[in-house]
Amino acid sequence: MTNLADRPLGSAVRVTSVAWDKLESGEARRLHALGVDVGAVLKLAHRGIFAGRDPLAVEVGRMTVALRREHALAIMVEDAGDEAVHPAGIPPQGDAQ
Amino acid sequence: MTRGPLTIALVGNPNAGKSALFNAMTGARQKIANYPGVTVERKAGRLILASGEPAELLDLPGSYSLDPTSPDEAVTRDVVMGRQEGQKRPDALIVVLDANNLEQHLVFAQEVIALGLPTVVALNMVDLAARDGLVIDARALEQALGVPVVETVAVRRRGHIDLTTVLGKTIDKHPSEPPLPVHVDMVERRVSARAMAKAAILSETRTRRLHRGLDKVLLHPWAGPVILFAMLFVVFQAVFAWATPFADGLEAIVGALSDAVKANMPAGLLRDALTEGVLAGVGSVVVFLPQIVVLFFFILVMEATGYMARAAFLMDRMMASVGLSGRSFIPLLSSFACAIPGIMATRSIADAKDRLTTILIAPLMTCSARLPVYAVIIAAFIPARTVGLGVGLQGLVLFALYVAGILGAMLVALVLRRSVTKGQASGFIMELPRYQWPLLKDVAIGLWQRAWIFLRRAGTIIFTVTVVLWLLLSFPQARPGESQIDASFAGKLANGLAVVVEPIGFNRDMALALIPAMAAREVAVSSLATTYAVAAEDEEAAAEALGPKLARDWTLPMALSFLAWFVFAPQCLSTIAVAKRETNGWKWPAFMLAYLFALAYIAAGATFWIATAAGL
Repeated sequence: MTNLADRPLGSAVRVTSVAWDKLESGEARRLHALGVDVGAVLKLAHRGIFAGRDPLAVEVGRMTVALRREHALAIMVEDAGDEAVHPAGIPPQGDAQ
Repeated sequence: MTRGPLTIALVGNPNAGKSALFNAMTGARQKIANYPGVTVERKAGRLILASGEPAELLDLPGSYSLDPTSPDEAVTRDVVMGRQEGQKRPDALIVVLDANNLEQHLVFAQEVIALGLPTVVALNMVDLAARDGLVIDARALEQALGVPVVETVAVRRRGHIDLTTVLGKTIDKHPSEPPLPVHVDMVERRVSARAMAKAAILSETRTRRLHRGLDKVLLHPWAGPVILFAMLFVVFQAVFAWATPFADGLEAIVGALSDAVKANMPAGLLRDALTEGVLAGVGSVVVFLPQIVVLFFFILVMEATGYMARAAFLMDRMMASVGLSGRSFIPLLSSFACAIPGIMATRSIADAKDRLTTILIAPLMTCSARLPVYAVIIAAFIPARTVGLGVGLQGLVLFALYVAGILGAMLVALVLRRSVTKGQASGFIMELPRYQWPLLKDVAIGLWQRAWIFLRRAGTIIFTVTVVLWLLLSFPQARPGESQIDASFAGKLANGLAVVVEPIGFNRDMALALIPAMAAREVAVSSLATTYAVAAEDEEAAAEALGPKLARDWTLPMALSFLAWFVFAPQCLSTIAVAKRETNGWKWPAFMLAYLFALAYIAAGATFWIATAAGL
């Protein structure tokens, strides 16, 4: 289990916990509204410019969301294998068809 | 049964295509104002329902939930709940869903539907969904949501007719006392959104190749910024190159009007007031319209295609180094055309301190109103020669003035974020919308609105000030043998100001130009033109270009000092007025005036003395 910020680009990860208290409350609510929550499957798509590590672009479902490294550090994730990227709220096993 | 005109509101997630749908449904008949007491734009238009009944359509700010995280979202919540001051609660709602992002957009849709107002869902951008291989069963969605679902494509009329028909029926059939909403939290709504989306999507392809491919290039850590700057370079080139013929045309029209007045009116005060006051003044401002239109064309296209959010992403790291976020990039970029739309665009910045800082530095971006001042002075004082590699000296000076403004803004932001606007480091969480081909109609409506705002400003504030200035310059009338300027009220006012600005190298004509230029910077040019035209003995001298006269009367250090002054000075009453409205009080605009005048005084003084010492 690692934080989202240090994952390699392109791998699908599942959110295991979010340190909401480390985030400013407006930002926490916005992230939540964008579908970032425990159980969500995300994919780190882009990292900042000129070898910078900030900001990050993360795929959440069919959306791409930009966030800062400080936010990603508060999001703990685990490997999600080949699972489709989708936001939180559905039991992972329910996705198998 | 009669009822008052109906109010219908469009609600939905940001990037659901709400505004395009709004434009398509209302056309150019839109009214833009502010909600009272807050700084959120109220966009309203007229709509004719299928029954022939007129209704007012409101375009509410895009929201992710009714639990707001920005002032925009708070307005959306307050309007749909009937709590917004001065706004009647909508009689019906149209929830706009992006067909391509159902599982996200259905979360907010459920929250809105639960309010119990008559609601119709517009399943928008079904054409794009089809292109991406998504097939959606609108009827399944309708059953799951319990409200009518209409498929829409912003450019096709068919969907809008269906939408207004269904809307009319829904309002008529709606029970007067809807069932009490059941409390459901966001996590539960997300679970059902996912289930609904899954049930409604008949087939889909997993990848969005176009979208991902474009992002791979445009957000590339090295290529991305290079492409962004190349694009900005092209934009600024185009602003000058494309706009010039139109500006020349407008100038010729104003000249012809002035000649026509001279030919058809007896010589006298009234004729002078028309030609030297009204036409010269307003004419020198209206010539900027082409540049503003060209710049806004590019900004609107970048916004409509979804590239603007990528630009914010690319610029975030840089903006973060001075305590701002990528979100400030869009308002600051707009400020290169005019600080007024720039300051208004800060509304999308959620963090209050961040927003305030952006408002305070927006006037430092070189707006197009400074260009005439720069252009006249540069043409008169900087020789048109190259400094090697085909780089012109005049262009280089202009570039340096832009850079001075940007560096000044960055430094000020850095200082402000550590002092008066100190607060938590601002975050940057932003949806990067799907790439889209811009709709000509949306760009045209946006351009028309911007051009109209500018013309209204030119037509009122600048017109008034130009005429007042002409009066100040023309009265009292000089006695024989006395110079008109010395005799006039303006001359006496300038005498007082001249004492203050003398240490930074300004002569009295320059001091005189600063007074009316408070209305808008470009008026400095028309004011100088008026001053010199009034001082001229005959028509030939008045017809002579302004440049050579300035070159004769001013020294190079004086001219450079005047340029440096205009990089910083807040010579724009409209900007101050907008800052007052956007910050709800006089405190911050007063601060803005004070710090910018102080910077302008220091910069102009330093420039003058350094240039003098260097023997220029």
